[in-house]
Parts: sequence; C-alpha cells; structure tokens
Amino acid sequence: MPSAVSKQALPAALKDAAIAAIVAFILFLPIIGMQLQPGSGGLDVNFRLPLVLIGAAIVFVGRLLLGLLGSRRRAPRAGPSIMERVAAGVAANGRWLGLVGILFALTMPFMPFSNRYVVDVGTTVLIYVMLGWGLNIVVGLAGLLDLGYVAFYAVGAYSFALLGTTAGMGFWYCLPLAGLLAAMFGLLLGFPVLRLRGDYLAIVTLGFGEIIRIVLLNWTNVTNGPNGISGIPRPSFFGLDFARSPEPGTTAFHQYFGIPYSGEQRVIYLYFLILLLALITNFFVIRIRRLPIGRAWEALREDEIACKALGINPTNTKLTAFALGAMFGGFAGAFFATRQGFVSPESFTFIESAIILAIVVLGGMGSQIGVVLAAIIIVLLPELGRDFAQYRMLIFGAAMVGIMIWRPRGLLAHRSPTVLLHPKGGPRPADVPPSVKEAGA
Amino acid sequence: MLQLEDVHTRYGNIEALKGVSVEVRQGEIVTIIGSNGAGKSTLLMTICGSPQAAAGRILLNGEDITRTAPYDIVHLGISQAPEGRRIFARMSVLENLQMGSVPSGGRHFEEDVQKVFTLFPRLKERINQRGGTLSGGEQQMLCIGRALMARPRLLLLDEPSLGIAPILVRQIFNAIVEINKEQGLTILLVEQNAFQALKIAHRAYVLSTGRVVMEGAGRELLANPEVRAAYLEGGQKEVA
Ligand SMILES: Nc1ncnc2c1ncn2[C@@H]1O[C@H](COP(=O)(O)OP(=O)(O)OP(=O)(O)O)[C@@H](O)[C@H]1O
Ligand SMILES: [Mg+2]
Repeated sequence: MPSAVSKQALPAALKDAAIAAIVAFILFLPIIGMQLQPGSGGLDVNFRLPLVLIGAAIVFVGRLLLGLLGSRRRAPRAGPSIMERVAAGVAANGRWLGLVGILFALTMPFMPFSNRYVVDVGTTVLIYVMLGWGLNIVVGLAGLLDLGYVAFYAVGAYSFALLGTTAGMGFWYCLPLAGLLAAMFGLLLGFPVLRLRGDYLAIVTLGFGEIIRIVLLNWTNVTNGPNGISGIPRPSFFGLDFARSPEPGTTAFHQYFGIPYSGEQRVIYLYFLILLLALITNFFVIRIRRLPIGRAWEALREDEIACKALGINPTNTKLTAFALGAMFGGFAGAFFATRQGFVSPESFTFIESAIILAIVVLGGMGSQIGVVLAAIIIVLLPELGRDFAQYRMLIFGAAMVGIMIWRPRGLLAHRSPTVLLHPKGGPRPADVPPSVKEAGA
Repeated sequence: MLQLEDVHTRYGNIEALKGVSVEVRQGEIVTIIGSNGAGKSTLLMTICGSPQAAAGRILLNGEDITRTAPYDIVHLGISQAPEGRRIFARMSVLENLQMGSVPSGGRHFEEDVQKVFTLFPRLKERINQRGGTLSGGEQQMLCIGRALMARPRLLLLDEPSLGIAPILVRQIFNAIVEINKEQGLTILLVEQNAFQALKIAHRAYVLSTGRVVMEGAGRELLANPEVRAAYLEGGQKEVA
C-alpha cells in the first residue's frame, strides 16, 4: 500500500525538508552568501542573498523528494541486499579474488593501456593500500581509533631521509630500521593511551600526529624545517642504480641488462617495490589474524572485561597492535621518501591520516580486499576529476556520504571466522546472515 | 583450595566488600546468594584481580594471589563465566571457545571443544553462528563452555540463570552438577535463583551489603526460615 504510506509520510517529509533547508541556509550564508572582492579600501564583502535562497530551495526540494521516495522504499526487504551478498561472496572467494588482483597488479605495467602516468598512479594507490592494511591492524582488528597514523609514516620517511643523506645508507639497509623506529614510536604513543577508548583515544592520537609534524617543522638543525630534506638516495636493484650515467665504478641497471636507458624503468621498479611491500603487509596481517595475538586484538575490541577473565593481557595486546601497525606505516614512509627523493612536513598533515582512516572505514573494517577497493576509489576519484578540478572535492565528499548511507559499515564489511573445526561439514560461514543486532555495532 | 580472608574491595568511595571471608574446598560446589547490589559480582571479580582487594588476603592453594594480575590468575587455574555473559558478539561460537583456550595454550583444543559439545549439544549445532546472534540461553552455555576451555581447577559462575527460561535453567544447572561430579571441578556459583543454587550446593554463603551474614550447608540454608523469607518466598524481609 504505497499510497497510504506516502500520505502519512508527506507531513513528515515536509518537516524534514524544511529543517534541511534551514540548515542549508545557515551553512550557505557564509559559504555562498558572502564574496570577498577587492574594493576601494581593501576588500569589500559582496552579499549574495538570492544565491543562498536558491541553494536552500534546491536542498528543500531535493530532501522532500528523497523523503517521499525513501519512505516507499523503506519497506523491509526479504533477504540480504545485493551489496551484502557481494560482500559475503567476496569474503567466501577472497583467495581467488586476491590471486586475480595480484595477477593484474603484476602485469599492469606491461598492459597496452599502461604508461608512465598510470604506473605512477598505481604506485600511489599501492602506498595507500599498504598504509590501509597497516592501519587495519590498529583500527580494524584491535578497534583502536587512531587519527594520527600519519605520524608513523612520517617517522619512517624521515628515518630513511636522515640515514640516507647523512650516513649514506642505502634503502634496503634503512627499510628495517625505519620500520623499527616507527614501531618504537608506536609503543611511545601506546603507553599513555592504554586506558583510553573511542573518542578520547582519537583525540590523543590526533594530537600525537600533530606533535610529530610540528617537531619536524621546528627542529631545523636536524630536519631542515619546512624546507625538508632533499637528495634522498634512490633505491637500487641488487646494487644496480637507475641512472642514465652512473657514478664511475658502478654499473647502471640499463647497462647491466644491455637495454637503452629510459626514465620509466625506475618508475616501474618503484611500482614493483611497493607491490612487494604491500603484499608482505597483507600476508602478515592475514597470518597474524589467525594467531592468538590476532584473535586477542579482535576479542579486546569486543569486550575488554571478558578478555581479562580469559587471561588475555590487555596491555601487551594493545601495545603490539600499535607497534605493528606503526611498523608498516614506517615501511611505507621509507618507500615514500625514496620514491620522492624529497620529504617535508607538508606531506604528513592530518588530512593524510584522515584519508588512510577513510580507506579503512570505507573498505569495511578489517576487510583486506575492502581496503584495496577503497584505496582505488579514494586515489582515483580525485584523479579522474582532474578535468573538472573545481568539483573534485565535491564529488569526493558526495561519494563518501553516499557510501556511508548505503554501506554504513563499509563497502565489504563481512567477517569470516578464522577457526573452522570441520571445514567440509556444517554451514559455511558465508551462509550465516549478518545479524540485525550487529547492524548498529 | 581458595580462601578469602577479610577481603575489602572499594570502587572509589564506595566500599562494596566490607571484610568478606569465604572458603572453597577442593571438589565442592559453593554458592553465594544475596540481593541486588550485595557485592556478589564484586566478590568474583576481586578473586580474579579486577578490581584488586583494598585489604585482606586471597589464597589459592596457600599461595597469595591478592596482588596477582588478572591474566596471571587465569593461568593459575581460576576461570570465570562473568555476569552478563560477555560473549564476543562478532566471533563465531567456535572462535569464542578458542578465545577461552588461550590460557591452556590451545594444545587440547579439539578435545576440549568436544567436551563442551557433549555438555551442551546445542552449541555444536551452532558452531559457526556468530555469538551475538545466539539466544540468551545459548550464550550462557557458550559463556560457561568458554570458561571451561581454559581447563580451570576452580570455575567461577556469575548468575548463569540470568534471564533464562526455567527449562534451560534446569539444563544449565544439571550441566554444572555434571562437571562437578564427573570432572571433579570445584565451582563457586553466584546466584539470584537461590532455590536452584542451594539445592546443588555443598555449602553456601549469604551476602548482604558487602558482608557475609550467614553460612552453612546448602540444604541447611534452604531449610532456614530467614533465608526462605528473604530469598525464596517473595523475599520481602531483610536478613539481619
Ligand atoms: N564498577 C563499579 N563502579 C562503582 N560501583 C560499583 C561498580 N561495580 C559495582 N559497584 C557497586 O558495588 C556494589 C556491589 O555491586 P555488585 O555488582 O557486586 O552486586 P551484585 O551482588 O552482583 O548484584 P546483582 O545481583 O544485581 O548482580 C553495588 O552497590 C554497585 O553499585
Ligand atoms: Mg552481580
């Protein structure tokens, strides 16, 4: 009886639309309503009330339509939605999808559509995939909301930048050191926040991220402040540099293999490097989820008191989550430094933390493939939008809002058990429908 | 096996236990009854070390565990099925059991799981279901099963009958008696359902506002007119 429903729904929808319009009006007043113009005595403010009213009217009509259409659709549907089934399917066939994904990633640079730009974007996507997988340990598995993850990325990047430029150490020696240093910073952050949860934890980690950035900005003697560090060594391929004219006494990659020099060689090499690092991260996370420590993270997220009663040490469990998450951030940071050849505090602002967190949340907390999907969306969306650059952030924001409406728990939120007693018999985990009770969790 | 000597526990300014002495001997089922807020759950949590006792001593087989960390106490052989069950909602039944086997090192995992399934066949049918979607009674079974997975020598049960239909309550109490008789497991049981609890208990304590006001054999307390008046027949009258 859709007509009966909409009759009742009309006043409610009208009220809803009116509220939305008022909120929009208030928001638009400063955003659209005032325009600064160079005038006679400096800047003049140009008031544009009609524009604000038009905007509010659009919101009113849009919200009204949404409300009326939405009320008709709100009837409970039988069975899981399409996306839920997709998520369950992805979870059940994760291994195959993963293999296909890896195969694609391996062959991507040699595909006909591929060029330097595509490989470069692919590298950026992979950096975020790796960061997302690293943060997934902290946020997705251990349930510790970390808004300062970029700090560990920065620690990794600066560790390599400093070691590489001052001590002249190569990428492969510095990589473990960068991870180790970042892990130590993870512990440093972990200790004071052990007792904090949820929003309090988020605020402290946010502060931590800012502290690191501000230290990098102001500790000029060491970090060169806002000017950053340049001349960071590029990675070599088993001792072979990617240079047109190598330093005397060394052999370059193209000379060794007897092929002509091309700038693309290093770009492709960097791409495979980050692919390798990301895959190691993924392998590690998948493995550790099945170990007692990985399960303890998940259990701790659900119920700390129960964990204590079961003999789990919450302190150690949380600290390992912070340290391991930070370590992968550090690895990614070292890669970032060697890829750019230059680091400055500007690359490690809060927005980076927000983007990485968005990737984890959008992907569906704890879902490894979800992170890949979300990283692709978040990196590619602004890239695709380059043609209409003005609206990039608008599209980006709209996409985020849309995903949160239709998939509030993330694109591929579906958790499959990590222990199975008799893999053949019994219902497959994917057959068990996600519960209604958990929807709010 | 377990002795509490004049234990005091406080939450900030509130003193929830005001000098409680309780003894649990090897192989016994000991019950603690008392009205809401008497401090029963606090007593069990204090044994587990969270919160720690402010004064007094807790001895496990003669060893002082008053200041031992909660996770170490579990490794010493005390395991608790806490109040409100506290099942890991997003984890499957089997994963919940797996979490319980952490203290025993997971060496006897399959064997222990089978034991739990013999005790509670319902759980076996729901092996891959998520904890959060189980019914209250099933969650309670899972909670007890999870505690058993640690291979405890002393099992603490906090209100296993909470919000559960009478028929399931009987099943759960039968299971408690069974593990006590067949595995010789010592059990400290906290209950609101005084009738059922006193029936299966070897000995029992009555707790009221943080103090032990009465103790004796289970049957003895069951016959006691004061206990009957306060906890069994409507429970209007306060026990002194
Ligand atoms: N975490 C806490 N913080 C402050 N006070 C607490 C806390 N936990 C319990 N209390 C207080 O301690 C007293 C004893 O509580 P406890 O939970 O031990 O009672 P109980 O006997 O288990 O009651 P019930 O049968 O309702 O479970 C109560 O007055 C309660 O308010
Ligand atoms: Mg209680």
